[in-house]
Amino acid sequence: MSAANKSSQKVTPVSTGNPRLRAERELRHIADVVLRIAKARGVPGTEVHVEEVIDALTRFANNIIHQNVAEHGVTVSIRTILDGRTARVTTNRLEEDALRAAVEDCLSLAASQPKDPSLLPLPGKQRYRQVNRFTAATAALSADDRARAVKRACDLAEKNGQVAAGIFSCGQSQTVLCNSRGLFASYRQTQAEFSATMQHASAASWAKANAGDVRAIDPISLAKTASDKAARAKDPIELEPGRYTVILEPAAVLDLIGFLFYDFSATAVDDRRSCLSERVGKALVGKNVTITDDVFHPEQLGAAYDGEGMPRQRVTLVDQGVIKNLVYSRRSAKKARTKPTGHGFALPNEFGEAPMNLIVAGGKSTVEEMIASTDRGLLVTRLWYIREVDPYEKIMTGMTRDGLFLVEKGKLGRAVRNFRFNQSVLEMLRNVQMLGPSHRASAEESFEMVVPAMKVTQFHMSEVTKF
Amino acid sequence: MWDYCGHSLDIAKLRGATYADVRVMHHRQRDLTTKNGEVGTLGQMESIGLGIRVVVRGAWGFASTDQMTREGVAACAAQAVAIAKASALAKKENVQLAPEGSYIDSWQGPCRKDPFEIPLETQLALLLAADEAMRRINGVTLTEADMQFRKIDSWFASSSGSKIHQRRITSGCGIAATCFKSDAIQKRSYPNSFGGQHILGGYELIERMELVKNAPRIAEEAVALHSAASCPQKTGTLILGGSQLGLQIHESVGHPIELDRVLGQEANFAGTSFLTLDKLNHLRYGSSIVNVVADARIEHGAGLGTFAYDDEGVPAQSIDIIKDGEFRGYLSSRETAHLIGLQRSGGTVRTEGWNRLPMIRMTNVSLLPGTWKFDELIADTEDGILVETNRSWSIDDRRYQFQFSTEIGWEVKNGKKGRMLKNPSYSGITTEFWNSCDAICDAEHWVLWGTPNCGKGQPMQTMGTGHGASPARFRNIKIGTAFANE
Repeated sequence: MSAANKSSQKVTPVSTGNPRLRAERELRHIADVVLRIAKARGVPGTEVHVEEVIDALTRFANNIIHQNVAEHGVTVSIRTILDGRTARVTTNRLEEDALRAAVEDCLSLAASQPKDPSLLPLPGKQRYRQVNRFTAATAALSADDRARAVKRACDLAEKNGQVAAGIFSCGQSQTVLCNSRGLFASYRQTQAEFSATMQHASAASWAKANAGDVRAIDPISLAKTASDKAARAKDPIELEPGRYTVILEPAAVLDLIGFLFYDFSATAVDDRRSCLSERVGKALVGKNVTITDDVFHPEQLGAAYDGEGMPRQRVTLVDQGVIKNLVYSRRSAKKARTKPTGHGFALPNEFGEAPMNLIVAGGKSTVEEMIASTDRGLLVTRLWYIREVDPYEKIMTGMTRDGLFLVEKGKLGRAVRNFRFNQSVLEMLRNVQMLGPSHRASAEESFEMVVPAMKVTQFHMSEVTKF
Repeated sequence: MWDYCGHSLDIAKLRGATYADVRVMHHRQRDLTTKNGEVGTLGQMESIGLGIRVVVRGAWGFASTDQMTREGVAACAAQAVAIAKASALAKKENVQLAPEGSYIDSWQGPCRKDPFEIPLETQLALLLAADEAMRRINGVTLTEADMQFRKIDSWFASSSGSKIHQRRITSGCGIAATCFKSDAIQKRSYPNSFGGQHILGGYELIERMELVKNAPRIAEEAVALHSAASCPQKTGTLILGGSQLGLQIHESVGHPIELDRVLGQEANFAGTSFLTLDKLNHLRYGSSIVNVVADARIEHGAGLGTFAYDDEGVPAQSIDIIKDGEFRGYLSSRETAHLIGLQRSGGTVRTEGWNRLPMIRMTNVSLLPGTWKFDELIADTEDGILVETNRSWSIDDRRYQFQFSTEIGWEVKNGKKGRMLKNPSYSGITTEFWNSCDAICDAEHWVLWGTPNCGKGQPMQTMGTGHGASPARFRNIKIGTAFANE
C-alpha cells in the first residue's frame, strides 16, 4: 500500500488565504541561533543572512489563464571567517541540527582553501537611512484579484479581435543581516508587476509596469496601450538596414543601459574587463547624459545596504558625459584607498560590486515632441535578446520587438519589420538629441531603473528579419 | 518524502482536484571559482521543498512550500486548489491531458565519482593550477576558472498512481583567459565559454577535461588575438566547431520546436515560433544530411537533458525533430500532445526546482553525426572560415533571424587551416542556414555539449539542456556582420 493510501482522508482545516511574512523577530531568532552555534564552535567571524520570500504569479496566454503559481520559502545563508579564509553555505532547513550542520560545512569549506591575506574582517555596527517599501495592499493581492484583472485584459483583447498574453505578479519579501561583530540590518518590501502582449494577427505590441505598490499599476490601461499599438503594428513594411534616428521608449533605453552596470564596478575596472578601464575621468558620452545610483529615489526598490551590510551611498556615475565615479565594496575600496559605497555583493565572490539602482537624468521632451521633431526615424517600443558583441566598445546586438514604427516628417507612420541592431552603447549615449522625463521603467533584459525616453541619431540597424 | 507527497495529493483530491501531481525535490549545489590565482566564489547550497500542481474545475493551479511538515504540505495543496479555482475565472476549455501509464520506479543517473565526496582541497588545487598555468603567459590580464556540481533528488507522485524517485548529479568546469590591450578585450575559454562543459555525471568529467594541460594554449590564443587579422565581412563558407554548433542547435532548432511557444503560451516573454502547426511534416528545415533528435534517454549519452522520466512522470523518449532535412516533430507535454495529433506526450516537461511549475523544455536536442573526418572536411574546403567557442548569441522572438559571434576563427584556404582571425561573427535566417549545411563530421568528433543556463518561463526558470554536435560546414553564410559599421 502506498503512503498516499495510508494518509488521512479528512480535510485538514488550513487557510487558503495569502501567506504572510513572519514577524521580523522570528528571522532574527534564526540568525541568533546560527551566531550562537558558531560562537560555541569558536568561529572568529560569522555573518548570517535570513531571507523570506512569498511570490505569486498569474500567467495568461490565448486569452485564458494557463499558469498560476505561488511560492513561499525561507533561506539562511551563513558565511564564516577563519584565519584569513571565508566560505558561504546556504540552506532552507531551519531546524537547529540543520543549522549546526551548515555551520560545520561552512567551516570545512573555508578551511579547505589557501589563506587570503587581503580578506577583511567583518564590518561592525552601521547606521542606515530607513526606507519604507512595504504596502499592505500589495501583500493582500489575491489569486482572485489577479484573475479578475487578467480577465479584463483578455476581454479587451477579444473585443478588439486580439490575443492577450502576459503576467500579473505580486510578492513580498524580508531579510535580516547580522554578524558576530554586532551588525544588524533588516528590510522588507512588496512588489507587483503587470505586463501584456497583445497579438493582432501576425503583429504584436507590449506594455509593462513594475512597482512596490500595486496601486501604482493600472493593468487595463497597460493592456489598452499594448492593444492600440498592436492594432497599429499590423502589415509592417520592410526598410533597408542602415543608420537611423531612433526614438527609444524607456523600456528600450533601460535594456541597453542595463548592460553598462557591471562596468561601473571598481573590481571590473581593476580586472580590466570593464569598458571603463583607463577611461574613468574622461568625457565618454554626451554632455546631456548624467547617471546616478540612488537606492533612496522614491521610484526605486531594494535594501539600503549591501551584501556585507554596508550602507548604500548615492553615487554619481556619469556627470554631464564624464565618467565620474565607480562603486566600491569594502575590498575594492581598500585596494583603491577610498571609501566603500555600499554596493558590494555578498561574499565570497569574484565580481565585487555593481550599482543596482540606476537613475538616468531626464529632460522635458515628450515622445510626441520627439516624433514631431523627426524628419525620418523609427519609434522603438522594446528590444529583445541583447548580448555583448564587443566588451570594450560596448557594442551590443539584439532585436527590436513588439512595435517598431516609421516616423516621417514629424508623424508616426507605418509599422516596420523588426531589425537586428549592432550598436555601441557608448556611441549611442554620445548621440542623444532629446530626453523625456525619467520614470521607473521595466523591461525583460535588465532590472528596473528610472530612465527617460531618448531620441538618438545614427543608431545602427544592421539586418532585418521576416516580421 | 512519499508521505508528504501522498498527503498533499490526498488534500488536493479532497478539495476538488481532478488531477494532481507533486514533486519533493532536494537540491544540493557546490560552486567554486578562482580569479587571478585567488579563490573567488566558494559556496554550497541546499534546498528542499514541495511543489504541487492541480487541475480543479478544468484549470491549473500550482503552489510550493519549504514547510516540510504534514501541516505545511497540506496548506500548500489547499493553496494550489484555491489558485486553480481563480484560474477557472478566465478559462475557455477544460485542461486535457494525454493518457499516460503509472510507474513506480527509482533511477539514478551515471556518476562514477561523486563530486561532493571529492575533497575541496583537490578541486581548488586543480582550479588554481589551471589558473597559474594561464597567468604564466605574458600579456594575460585576467584568469578565471570554475567548477559547479549539483545533486538533485526528486520524488514524483501523481493522483494516477505514479511514484518515481530520480537522482541526477551534474558536473561542470571551465577556464578562461582574458587579455586587455590598448583599445580591446580578447578572451579565450576552454572547453567552452560561459562556464565550460557540463554533463550528467560526476568528477570524472573534470578529470577528463585536462584543464591544466589546455590552460597555456588558450592563454596564448587570448594574447595572440590582438595581433590577428579581423574577420572579413563577406558571404562565404563557414565551418562551425562543435560547441558553437551546439548553441546554434539550441537557439535555432531547440527553442522553435517547443510546442508551448508555438501555441502562444510564451508570447509575452520568450516569444513565439516560426514553426506554426501547418509546418509539421511540410517544411524542409535543413539539407538532406541534417538529422536532429530530442533524446532524453541514457542511450543518447549522459547530457544535461538526460533522465528516466520527465517531471510529469512520462518516460524518456527519442523524438525525430528533423529527419533527412524534413521537419518531423515538436517538444510536447501531456497537455499539448493532442493538439498535434499525438496519443502521448513526448516527455519533455521539466522543472528547475520544487518551487517552479514544470514546463516544456529541451532535453538533449542533438544533430546526429555525419560521415566526414574533420581533417577531410578542412582539406575539402577551398575558401572558408572556421570559428570556435561562442562569444555572443542572439535570435529574434520567432527564431528566424540570428547572429552569433565567437571567440576565435581561422582562415581555411586551399584545404588548409591558415591564419588566426579575431572578432568572428555570422548571421542568417534559420531555415536558410540549415539548408546550406553540406558536411557534418562523424561520430568520432561528436560531443554531447551541456548548456547549463537556458532561461524560460515566468517566473524565470534556468534549465540545463544537452546538444550533441560535431563540426559542420555551411555555404553562402553572411560572415562578419556584427562588426560591419554600415
